Amino acid sequence: MYYSRLRLLGVAGVCLLGVLLCLPNFLKAPSSSLPWRQIHLGLDLKGGSYLLLQLDLKSLEHDRLLSLQDQTRQTLLDHGLGYKDFVRDDSTQRLSFTLRADSERDAVLAALKSVPTAVPNEFEVAATGERVDLVLQHDAMLARARDAVAQSIEIVRRRIDATGAIDPSIAREGDDRIVVELPGVSDPERIKTLLGTTARLTFRLLAPNPTAASPGSTMLEDISTHTQLAVQDHVDVDGTDLTNAGAVIDQQSGGWAVTFQLNSTGASAFGNVTRANVGRRFAIVLDNKVIEAPNIINPITAGSGQITGGFDARSASDLALLLRAGALPAPLAVIEQRSIGPSLGAASIHAGVISLAAGFVLVVVFMVLFYARFGLYADIALLANLVLMVGILSLFQATLTLPGMAGMLLTLGMAVDANILINERIREEVQRGRGVLQALQAGFDRATGTIIDSNATAFLAHVMLFVFGTGPVKNFALTITIGIATTLFTTLVFSRLLIVRWYAVTRPSKLPV
Amino acid sequence: MLSRPLFRFVRDDRRIAFMRGRHMGLVVSAVLSVASLLLFFQPGLKLGLDFRGGIVVEAQTAAPANINQLRAALDQAGIHPDAVQAFGSDRDVRISVSAPEGADREARTQQVVDRVKDTLSKAAPGTQIQRADAVGASVSHELFRNGLLALGLSLAMILVYIWVRFEREFAISAVLTLILDLTKTVGFLAITRFEFDLVMVAALLTILGYSTNDKVVVYDRIRENLRKYRTMPLREVLDLSINETLNRTLGTSMTVFLAALPLALFGGSTLTGFATVMLFGIVVGTSSSIFIAAPLLLLLGKNRLRPSGE
Repeated sequence: MYYSRLRLLGVAGVCLLGVLLCLPNFLKAPSSSLPWRQIHLGLDLKGGSYLLLQLDLKSLEHDRLLSLQDQTRQTLLDHGLGYKDFVRDDSTQRLSFTLRADSERDAVLAALKSVPTAVPNEFEVAATGERVDLVLQHDAMLARARDAVAQSIEIVRRRIDATGAIDPSIAREGDDRIVVELPGVSDPERIKTLLGTTARLTFRLLAPNPTAASPGSTMLEDISTHTQLAVQDHVDVDGTDLTNAGAVIDQQSGGWAVTFQLNSTGASAFGNVTRANVGRRFAIVLDNKVIEAPNIINPITAGSGQITGGFDARSASDLALLLRAGALPAPLAVIEQRSIGPSLGAASIHAGVISLAAGFVLVVVFMVLFYARFGLYADIALLANLVLMVGILSLFQATLTLPGMAGMLLTLGMAVDANILINERIREEVQRGRGVLQALQAGFDRATGTIIDSNATAFLAHVMLFVFGTGPVKNFALTITIGIATTLFTTLVFSRLLIVRWYAVTRPSKLPV
Repeated sequence: MLSRPLFRFVRDDRRIAFMRGRHMGLVVSAVLSVASLLLFFQPGLKLGLDFRGGIVVEAQTAAPANINQLRAALDQAGIHPDAVQAFGSDRDVRISVSAPEGADREARTQQVVDRVKDTLSKAAPGTQIQRADAVGASVSHELFRNGLLALGLSLAMILVYIWVRFEREFAISAVLTLILDLTKTVGFLAITRFEFDLVMVAALLTILGYSTNDKVVVYDRIRENLRKYRTMPLREVLDLSINETLNRTLGTSMTVFLAALPLALFGGSTLTGFATVMLFGIVVGTSSSIFIAAPLLLLLGKNRLRPSGE
C-alpha cells in the first residue's frame, strides 16, 4: 500500500506530461520550435472531401498490349523479318502473327528477345506451327500496376498542389487504389475532373486514308469537328517529353491556346517526323481524342508548339496544368466520395463537445453520490484519464473524428468501472470485519485481476477492430484502445495513489464505502 | 461530508434467487432473438449509404425549402431520387439516389452527385451543400464484408480469450450470450429504422465489448466462489456471485448509460442513432449477464464444473 517518493514523482510526472501534451490543442498555431503536436480534426469535423480512386488495370493492360504490338512490328521490321495477320486479343492479353516463311522462325524468335520490356519477363513467346504468340504475364502486369499506382500518386499530388488545396493527404490503399483527403474543399468537382483526366498527350500521324481504319491505326473522335479520324497507333512524340506548358491567348484567333515545350529527345523526334512528312496531317491526341489535326506545312525543329482547340480560359489553364504535372499511367476512377461542408463540421464538433461535457458531468455526479469520497477520487482520475487520452492522441497527431469522440465518451463511462470494482471489493472486505488497512489492501488486490481480465478482452476486440476496420470504425477503435491503456493507469495507479495518500494523511478509522 | 455513499442500488445483504427464473430468462431471450431474426429478414435493415451504394446529398436552402419544386427540378434533370425529404429545420433537405446499374456504374455514381449539386444550386439559388457522399457499388460490398469480418473476428478473439483465461463452458456461454445480444440489437435496428452503416458496426462492436466486459466480471466472481465454496451447488454459487457483483454491474451500466445519453440527445444526426443503439445494447448486455450468461453456464457446466450435480 506504500507509495515510494519515486513512484509518487513518477505518477505526478506522467500526469504533468499529459497536461503538457494537451496544451497545444488550445493554441491557434503552436510554435514549430516546440515538440508539441495537435490532434488533427477529421474531415467530418473540419469539412472537406474524401475521394477513393481506383486505377483502371484493364486500360493499363490494353495500353501495354498496344505498345507491345507496335514495338514488335518495329523490331521485326528492323531485323528485316516479315509477318502476316498480326492480331491483338485484349481478353486473353495475347498478340499473335503468322510467319512470312517457316525458315525465318529462329530469326524471329531471336529478334523478339530484343523487344524492349518495362519489367522483367513481361511476356512469353510461344510458337506453334506457323503462328507466334506473345502473351502478357499476369505477375509482370501486377508489378506494373504497383509501379503505376506509385507513379499516379506522384502525379495526383502535383495536380492537386497546383490547385492550391491546403494540406491534402494522398496515400496508397491496397494494390490499385489511392485515397485523397482534401481538408476544406467541400466541393471537389474541379479536382475530380482534373483527376479524371489521364492527360496523355501524343503526336501521331493520320493514316494515309483518314476516313477508314487500316491495320495499325484506330478511329478516334476529333472533338473540334466531331468526326472520326483514322490515327496511326504508332506514337511519334509522347507527352512524357514535355518540359513545360502554359495557357496563352492565341495572337491570330484571339482565343485561348496552350503552348508546350519539348525536351531535346522530343524536339529531335518532332523535327524528324515533321521533316519526313511535310504535307501530311498530324494529330494531337489527348486521351484518345483528337484535339486538332493540322497539316504539316514546315518541319518543326524548335521543340515548341501551340495547341488551339477551342479552349476557354479555364480549360486552357487546366490542360496546361495537367500537361505540366504529367500523364497518369492509366485512368483513375473515383469510386467513393464523401464531402462535408464547413458549417456541418462545426455543428458536429459543437454537438460532440456538448455531449462529451454533459456525459462527463453526469458520470462525475453519479460517482460522488454512489461512492462518496472514493467516487470523488475516481472523478479526479477520470479527469486525468481524459487529459492523458487527449495528450496521447496529440502526441501521435491522431485524427479525431465524430466516431472517435463517441469512443472517448464511452471510455469515460467504462473507465470508472475499475473504480467501482475496487470500491465494491473494499466494501465487501469491510463487511467481513476487516480493518481499514486490510480492507483497502485486499480490495485493491482482488479487484486488480478482474480489472485486467475485463479490460484485456475489450482491448483485444478493439485491436482487431483497428486492424480490420476501415474509416470511422478504425478511428473509433483507436480512441478506445488508447482509452483502455490510459484507464488502466489512472485507475490502478493514479486513483489508488489518491486513496493511499488520503489514508496516510488522515489515518481514518472508517472507510467511506 | 463524503464519508459514506448516499445511494446504493441494492442492499448488500439482499439475496435474489436469479437462477429460479433461469428458464423464464432463456425463453424470453430466445423469443426476442427469434423475433429479431424474423425482423432482420422482414422488413430487414435499412442499409445506409456505406453498404448500399448510391448517393446522399444534404443541403441547406436559403429560404424554406420547397420539396415538390426540388423534386420536379431533379426529375427534369433526369435524376430520379429515391427520396427528397426535409429533416432538422425547414431549410434542410436530404436527397438520396440509388446507385446506377449496369456498366460503368462507379463512374456514373460520381456524375450523379455532381448533377444533383448543379441542379440544386440552379433550382434554389443560395443553397449550401452540407454533405455530399457517393459510394460505388463495389466499394459498398467491400465495406460490408470488412465490417462483418471485424465483427466476426472480435467475437472469435473474445471466445479464445475467455477459453484461455477461464474454461470452455465459460467461453461458450459467453459467446452464445453475445450472439443473443447482437441479434436483439439487430432487431432493434430493424424496428427503429436507423440506417445500418459503418458507424452502426462500431456501435455493435462497442456493445459486444461492453457486454463481454460485464460477463467477465461476473464470471470472475463465479470462478472465485467455485474455489472458495467447494461444496456449494453450482446453482447457489451462481446466485451468490450475481448478487455479490450486482451493485457493480448496475453501477457500471449506469455510468456507461449516463455517458451515452447526452450523445443520443444532442449528438446530431450521425451520432444519435449510434448512441440510441448503444443505450439499448447497454440494457440488453447488462440484463443478459444476469439472466442469460449465468443460466447458460449452469446448463453447460452442471456436470463439468460441479461433478456432484447442481
